[in-house]
Amino acid sequence: MAFGAFATAGAATEPVARKRSKIALILLLPGIAYLALFFLVPLVSLILTSFQTPSELAFGEPGVYDYAFKWENYTDVLGLYGEHIFRSFFYALLATVFALLFSYPLAYFIGVKLRRFPLVQALALTLVIAPFFISFLLRTLAWKQILSDDGVVVTALQGLSILGPEAHITGEPIAVIFGLTYNFIPFMTLPIYTSLEKLDLRYVEAGGDLYASPARTFFSVTLPLSAPGVISGMLLTFIPASGDYINASRDFLGSTKTPMIGNVIENNFLVQQNYPAAAAMSILLMAAILVLVGIYVKKSGTEDLI
Amino acid sequence: MDAIGRWFGRYTLWIYSALALLFLLIPIAYTVVFSFNDARRSNIVWRGFTLDNWTTVCDAQGVCESFVASIGVGLAATVLATALGTMIAIALVRFRFRFRGAVTLLLFLPMATPEVVLGAGLAAEFLSAGVQKGALTVILAHTMFCISFVVVTVRARVASLDPALEEAGRDLYGSPAQVFMRVTFPLLLPGIMAAALLSFALSFDDFIITNFNSGPFVTFPKYLYTAAARGIPAEANVIASAVFFIAIIFVIVSQLSAAARRKRLARLQG
Repeated sequence: MAFGAFATAGAATEPVARKRSKIALILLLPGIAYLALFFLVPLVSLILTSFQTPSELAFGEPGVYDYAFKWENYTDVLGLYGEHIFRSFFYALLATVFALLFSYPLAYFIGVKLRRFPLVQALALTLVIAPFFISFLLRTLAWKQILSDDGVVVTALQGLSILGPEAHITGEPIAVIFGLTYNFIPFMTLPIYTSLEKLDLRYVEAGGDLYASPARTFFSVTLPLSAPGVISGMLLTFIPASGDYINASRDFLGSTKTPMIGNVIENNFLVQQNYPAAAAMSILLMAAILVLVGIYVKKSGTEDLI
Repeated sequence: MDAIGRWFGRYTLWIYSALALLFLLIPIAYTVVFSFNDARRSNIVWRGFTLDNWTTVCDAQGVCESFVASIGVGLAATVLATALGTMIAIALVRFRFRFRGAVTLLLFLPMATPEVVLGAGLAAEFLSAGVQKGALTVILAHTMFCISFVVVTVRARVASLDPALEEAGRDLYGSPAQVFMRVTFPLLLPGIMAAALLSFALSFDDFIITNFNSGPFVTFPKYLYTAAARGIPAEANVIASAVFFIAIIFVIVSQLSAAARRKRLARLQG
């Protein structure tokens, strides 16, 4: 990087270097302290809460807990909500796969085919991110109405006898997976677009020159070169999808058949005031995500993370 | 027949992409159309066109109040996060320091943590510290998750800055403060503006973290969540549609002006 030379020039004389590192500290400290206080401390707070036990002094009043080391909270939530954990990761995985299948051709079209038309390309990208400009909750509610029992989609599918007369879409797992897919498509399309936009087309031409079929060229040239975008897109879709509780909520696309980890955490924390159970579930979700992120960091290194 | 087949073969990707983009717009179109519905009690069935929802948007109870609350929270969180994040971005590009990997990881993790965990964690912290939930806790929470996005956005701009421009400032005997205010800051401004807009958008649309940390305080997304159970009034569609059009016009205008600037530059160089 160009600024590397800059920094070593400053380090040549000792007092200057000390002054410079003081500036760095002043610049970093407020933001880092903020993140420590409102990101790291909350995580520690969650860990402590997850081991809490109901307070004996509260005489059965809900929502009062004492610090303890009640690790059974974890086995309890795993027993109670194992199904929810499995469902969350299963839904999130399906949504990630569907979003990838939907996004790749679109990202390829915008990033490669529209290169010759910069203005159209910019417009297409604007349309990809357009859903971000309308509230997440309203988008999901719109789908709820469109997919409802008297809506166009159900009526049409019943007319074609694909759906039975008593069948629903909303409230079923398929609606939740659909909602998750739709809501996180831009997170998949944008990173894939970014890596395809930089793709040097001469590599693709070389594949053709070497008598590779278009499919072979795609799988051995284009796809590997866009892998970084595909991987970050998959993380950016899977992580929010696995923790989401809007789509699976009863008032949106879900029903009592579809609760996910997020619904369990919300219900335990905000409704039942069972903070230890909510915290234990949060820590389990965080641990699963950290494993994924850990693999990613190991591959990419910390320098390219942000 | 063969010609039609070839035409389809050639344009499959074009057709697919056009349909995919249309698909992405379906719920937006739905929301906008139903902002003109003569809804009266429930805004689920189409009952005819009216402009009443647009002209008397604040009549529905709580809609405008929650909208104003969201704007206020968004502005406060944006100012805080943009200031803190810009400082970090400058430090990351311009200085070598120890624990660099740790700092990068600390900035990356909030973006990789599911919102429900961020929300529950902060709520657990506020609970054990005995902090009353309200507008302030929402602002603190939003600032936290916006910082990382500000750093990512501004960092790219700092990295693309030509150090020769600042050197020129120093050569002309500018003090470090003068060089920063007259050279560095104006050059960083587009990146800082982009980061501020991103922060505002993230804060404005956040529901999950807000829900855990707002207590009785109601933002626009929280209003929608509570209203969803009994039916969203058409006035909420009006606000969402208006926000959508303002944002989209803003993006298109800035893209067009960037294109015009590129063209001018190309003409100057060519």
